[in-house]
Amino acid sequence: MKWGTNTWVGGGLVGLALAVAILAPWLALTHPVMDANLMNAELPPSWEFPFGTDAQGRDIYSRVLYGARISLTVGVVSQTCNSLIGVTLGLTAGYWGGWWDDVVSGLTNLMLAIPSLVFALAIMAILGPGLVSLVIALGLTSWSYSCRIARAQVLSLKSQGYVQAAHILGYGDLRIMFTQVLPNILGPLIVIATLGMGGAILAEAALSFLGLGIRPPFPSWGSMLSEARDQINTAPWLSVFPGLAIFFTVLGLNLLGDGLRDILDPQSTTRRT
Amino acid sequence: MSTPLLTVEDLRIALAGERTYDAVENVSFEIGRGEAFGLVGESGCGKSITALALMGLLRRPLSLAGGRIVLDGQEIQHATPAEMRRLRGERIAMIFQEPMTALNPLSPVGKQIAEMFVLHQGANWSEAMDRAEEALRQVRVPSPERRIKDYPHQLSGGMRQRVMIAIALACGPELLIADEPTTALDVTVQAEIIDLMAELCAAKGTAILMISHDLGLVANMCQRVAVMYAGRIVEAQVAEAIFAAPRHPYTQGLVNSLPRLGERSRHGRQRLREISGVVPSIATYPAGCRFNPRCAAVTDICRQIAPEITPLPADGLVRCHHHG
Amino acid sequence: MLLVLTRRLANVIPTLVAVVALVFVLFSVLPGSFISAMNEDGRSAMDPAVMERMRKEMGLDDPLPERFAKYLAHTAVGDLGISFRTREPVTKLIGARVWPSLKLVFVAMAFAISVGVTLGFFAALRPGNILDTVSMVFAISGLSLSQFWFGLMLMYLFALQLKWLPSFGYGDGGLTHVILPAVALGVGPMALLARTTRAAVLEILNADFVRTARSKGMSERRVVEWHVLRNALVLVITIVGLQFGSLMGAAVVVEKLFAWPGVGSLLVDSVFQRDIPTVQGCILLIVLFFLFINTLVDLAYVVIDPRIRHG
Repeated sequence: MKWGTNTWVGGGLVGLALAVAILAPWLALTHPVMDANLMNAELPPSWEFPFGTDAQGRDIYSRVLYGARISLTVGVVSQTCNSLIGVTLGLTAGYWGGWWDDVVSGLTNLMLAIPSLVFALAIMAILGPGLVSLVIALGLTSWSYSCRIARAQVLSLKSQGYVQAAHILGYGDLRIMFTQVLPNILGPLIVIATLGMGGAILAEAALSFLGLGIRPPFPSWGSMLSEARDQINTAPWLSVFPGLAIFFTVLGLNLLGDGLRDILDPQSTTRRT
Repeated sequence: MSTPLLTVEDLRIALAGERTYDAVENVSFEIGRGEAFGLVGESGCGKSITALALMGLLRRPLSLAGGRIVLDGQEIQHATPAEMRRLRGERIAMIFQEPMTALNPLSPVGKQIAEMFVLHQGANWSEAMDRAEEALRQVRVPSPERRIKDYPHQLSGGMRQRVMIAIALACGPELLIADEPTTALDVTVQAEIIDLMAELCAAKGTAILMISHDLGLVANMCQRVAVMYAGRIVEAQVAEAIFAAPRHPYTQGLVNSLPRLGERSRHGRQRLREISGVVPSIATYPAGCRFNPRCAAVTDICRQIAPEITPLPADGLVRCHHHG
Repeated sequence: MLLVLTRRLANVIPTLVAVVALVFVLFSVLPGSFISAMNEDGRSAMDPAVMERMRKEMGLDDPLPERFAKYLAHTAVGDLGISFRTREPVTKLIGARVWPSLKLVFVAMAFAISVGVTLGFFAALRPGNILDTVSMVFAISGLSLSQFWFGLMLMYLFALQLKWLPSFGYGDGGLTHVILPAVALGVGPMALLARTTRAAVLEILNADFVRTARSKGMSERRVVEWHVLRNALVLVITIVGLQFGSLMGAAVVVEKLFAWPGVGSLLVDSVFQRDIPTVQGCILLIVLFFLFINTLVDLAYVVIDPRIRHG
């Protein structure tokens, strides 16, 4: 596929999701939580309620729009957290080597041995449900990949002499890391961050669906699906629309990540093997 | 003289990109039966893809765009893929530059040689492995009965190239194309491999098309030599003449740039001569004579009109406005 | 071979111990340790005397290192403690659930490999072709799907509307019950395998040794059979191994959705009920399984790639 197509379509979808999240109050027809009218319970899609209504009589369309806010927030914040942790650990491990590198490598191996969703589940179990604990749990469990990549890039740069040259010029460690190493690894990291956001959104949906993330009545896409599950037979539209929202947003992020990878990281250090 | 084994006439290879470029054009030469023919040029001049074209191994974005290729009286430039497959291995064989990557890393070398017998001569695997062992002996690999079970990474570069020669000559082809076979090898090993090739081919009557950037190597081994530059043949002569009396400024440059032993002591310190400038890329071929930006003898006509071929004695040729 | 195995085991055991330690510490030290959790839940306003007795019983007054050492020792012999909820040994609880989970994961992986690798393979043989484009669009969509949502949609379509398959549960252990959950679970790895196989095969088709094979006069089909397949296998196996990890994570949710009686749904239920020993036990088992799979993958490399065998 030409890189152009991926980036444009992906970027378009992501842009749409962002726009929806930001403009939700203006695009929505009702308040997502408060406007519940039991008289309107479980109506199929219509002109008045484009996506139908749920068991409490709330408009699904408006809830999906507001749900974008939550999902995107979770995605961005947790991925930022993951990237920060991963880059810091990987950068310093590769740069200084020695016992610190051993510690970080051990830690990374440990993280990689536990499926990230299971780990997040465990953390949520301790912290209890809610948006904050969700972001913490997701932000602490997916940094291993960025760490590996950052470390590999630092090592490769070291072998190319960049770092030695800067040392000779008298640059301090931190300065070298920021001005020499970081710009070189930015490309692959952006790709990982984009793809990682998609993963975070899917994870949020899964955790909320289980009841451990965002709890009803707040309209996260995942919690909407958990509410919808029991009515799958009588009101299937309750499941379709939030799920489609998740799908298109993550698809956009994946396409965008692919497209960015062709531009920023053509030697494919980030092609997941 | 009997009909030549291989006749290449006006070969043209196109490269599809933003436009269609002519990577190679107007290439013509002949190789007689059992003859060693050399094709010399710098990287990027088109010699390797000419060889691939002869084998029918050009892949997108390269393609055969014109000319004739005649093998033993038969035209093959329009042969179907199935027909080309019958030729490969049996009548024309090829060895490549990088023996490490040219062999399947997951398969024992003996098996890779044995494949030839199974494919072309209907042997069963057990027979084929025996014959593979014999083939290894012929290319002077020590302890062949053990070596047939080795994997490529367990062998040195020189040995791997011997394996490639064994594969190529397994079914007794009429023509062996060798594309830079010794470039990736240590200098000490190079001579051994060249000698081996020359000997085996002479014994079996196999013609060799020797492709290299090393004029000295080629002139030593081959009876006739053609020089390629930027997709065109610029000179072709018998080997002695290329050295003694090169007619094209490019060939002259190549000959002059060879370091010669002994001259220093005679002429005092002598600098290595080079040809200034770099080989143009396909997209930036100059108009007129393609060598003109680097030529010491360049005049206006060189920049505007591509020179025609001037025949020389003994089936030679040169492509220059100011040859000789 | 044996050397690789022992080296691998030497890696696995410390990792396992570290995981045990991590899980143990998380659940014992951080705020929300089980005793106070039980109170917060408001489920039982505990009589202080009862609480005191429970503390003594569980040895919670002992210093942390001692508790950990005891837990480690117990775990090493297979004693994972007593469930808070049912007062049964955790091992027994988990034991009943292992087979359904294994079955689900393996069927899902089998589905993912057979469809994904085949798709990726044929896409690579004809790059740029319409089949290639369609397959890759399909693949990237598969990666973007929320697996439980996909499961929900499948359930709606095939179980509730068409009534071809049962909508939940383990049933009699037959094939029909496992199909929907396995497909829902397998679609993610399938997509990734399709993409990776395609990339790997394309790269190999352009490799030097394949050019040599063609120069021998081999038909394209023979080239693929004799030279391409084995080389592509290495990359595919790597992905399969890695995917087992994320598969087990997703299995947790899919099991809950389909009321599948596996370790994953036990994990979720135990989390809700604050049944810490069971939670620890489930996590341990999942990690153990994953490490086991990775070891198998390493062994497979040794068998397939002679370069590794000879060091």
